Amino acid sequence: MVPFAGYLLPVQYPTGILAEHEAVRTQAGLFDVSHMGEVMFTGPTALASVNHLITNDYSTLTTGRMRYGILCNDHGGCIDDLIVYKFGDEEYYVVVNAANREKDFAHMAANALPGTTVDDISDNIAQLALQGPRSRDILARIADPGELPEKYYSFRRHVSVAGMDCLVSQSGYTGEFGYEIYTVPENATLLWQAIRGAGEEFGLLPCGLGARDTLRLEASMPLYGHEMDDQVTPLEANLGFGVKLGKEEFVGRDALLAAGEPTRIRMGLAATGRGIIREHQDVYVGDEHVGTTTSGTFAPHLKKAVAMALVDVAHSEVGTEVEVNVRGSRIPARIVPMPFYRHA
Amino acid sequence: MANVPENLTYAKSHEWVSEQDGTYTIGLTDFAQDALGDLVFINLPQEGDEVKAGEAFCDVESVKAVSDVFSPVTGTVIEVNEDLADAPESINEKPYDAWIARVGDVTDTEELLDAAAYAEFCENQE
Repeated sequence: MVPFAGYLLPVQYPTGILAEHEAVRTQAGLFDVSHMGEVMFTGPTALASVNHLITNDYSTLTTGRMRYGILCNDHGGCIDDLIVYKFGDEEYYVVVNAANREKDFAHMAANALPGTTVDDISDNIAQLALQGPRSRDILARIADPGELPEKYYSFRRHVSVAGMDCLVSQSGYTGEFGYEIYTVPENATLLWQAIRGAGEEFGLLPCGLGARDTLRLEASMPLYGHEMDDQVTPLEANLGFGVKLGKEEFVGRDALLAAGEPTRIRMGLAATGRGIIREHQDVYVGDEHVGTTTSGTFAPHLKKAVAMALVDVAHSEVGTEVEVNVRGSRIPARIVPMPFYRHA
Repeated sequence: MANVPENLTYAKSHEWVSEQDGTYTIGLTDFAQDALGDLVFINLPQEGDEVKAGEAFCDVESVKAVSDVFSPVTGTVIEVNEDLADAPESINEKPYDAWIARVGDVTDTEELLDAAAYAEFCENQE
């Protein structure tokens, strides 16, 4: 168990990270991610506040759908990345990273428009993530399959899961098919047990923080504090799909426009020589220092060492041969397309 | 409870040592492999390397982290278990069969514990 943003979380269960990772890729895995933060925006200007604070455009988001975005500071740096769920025209549910919860809430509360109430409801919400190709089969044992969200990045509220009132979204942080399930903390233990029980015949394993990290990395998903932080813009982090510069305004837009095209960008690396690339390692083309890794690991399903790095745009083309300084040795690597892994 | 065979000696940095006719065979203990988790890479020493008691001579990587393996003896590497390069998980599966290196010309050793003392040492670490 390790302390994480005020919660005690397991890095791994007795089966170990590799088995947990593989369970999610081939069967299913269950994560307790109750540490994640949840903030409600309500009121007649809730949509305007969300659009003012977050880089994506939420004016086209429909009730029952969700959309990724970034909370930027005035300099265009990332305060956090998050997901907005539209409950209704005046009601938005925003899921943020645990480690940033207090900082995010302070920024949101200070910058929301008049007519919007911002509430940090994290302590009233528990979240379990059921991830993997058998996730639907498992939930269908304890919920009406007709009640489950049909589309990626859509959700249903008030779904009865093992008799408990839950919000179920089709989403996750593993690059695999799956669901994120929200309920009140009083239900969390029973919900965990019910899903574990329903999942037994499908090879479901409980999964810890270790597998959560290897799974998201194998799927090239960014992690705050690694691929982005307040010194990195979302455009540099290669998250331009979630930044709508065409919107009239949002916090950070002016700075992003003034900065122009980024000079460094997040790219994927695959080691071509022996060794495992980790975070904070220098990337070279010949003698020229062209970037720094932000995350890296042995990708358990792909069975190869992969990393993400912020590299100079001039050396960012897919196929570029680079070297990474891994504790004094140069490991050859190549810039490769992301995601490293995409589910069938 | 970690497996601690009677016939070996142990360094406090969790390597096992087996000495025969002046050749010291070195590996990682069951306690060590369990603490490290699933190993996915090993950076082996090379034949001819001069190793020093108490200094890193090899490193192993799990999905989580890199860890040094310390030499319990001062001497020269005379043989390396190259099979581990392609199968570092053997250390997790059979830590006392998956030897890492054999060292000769040994001039010094770390304080080595017998099985009972090492088992007690591990218990105090848990």
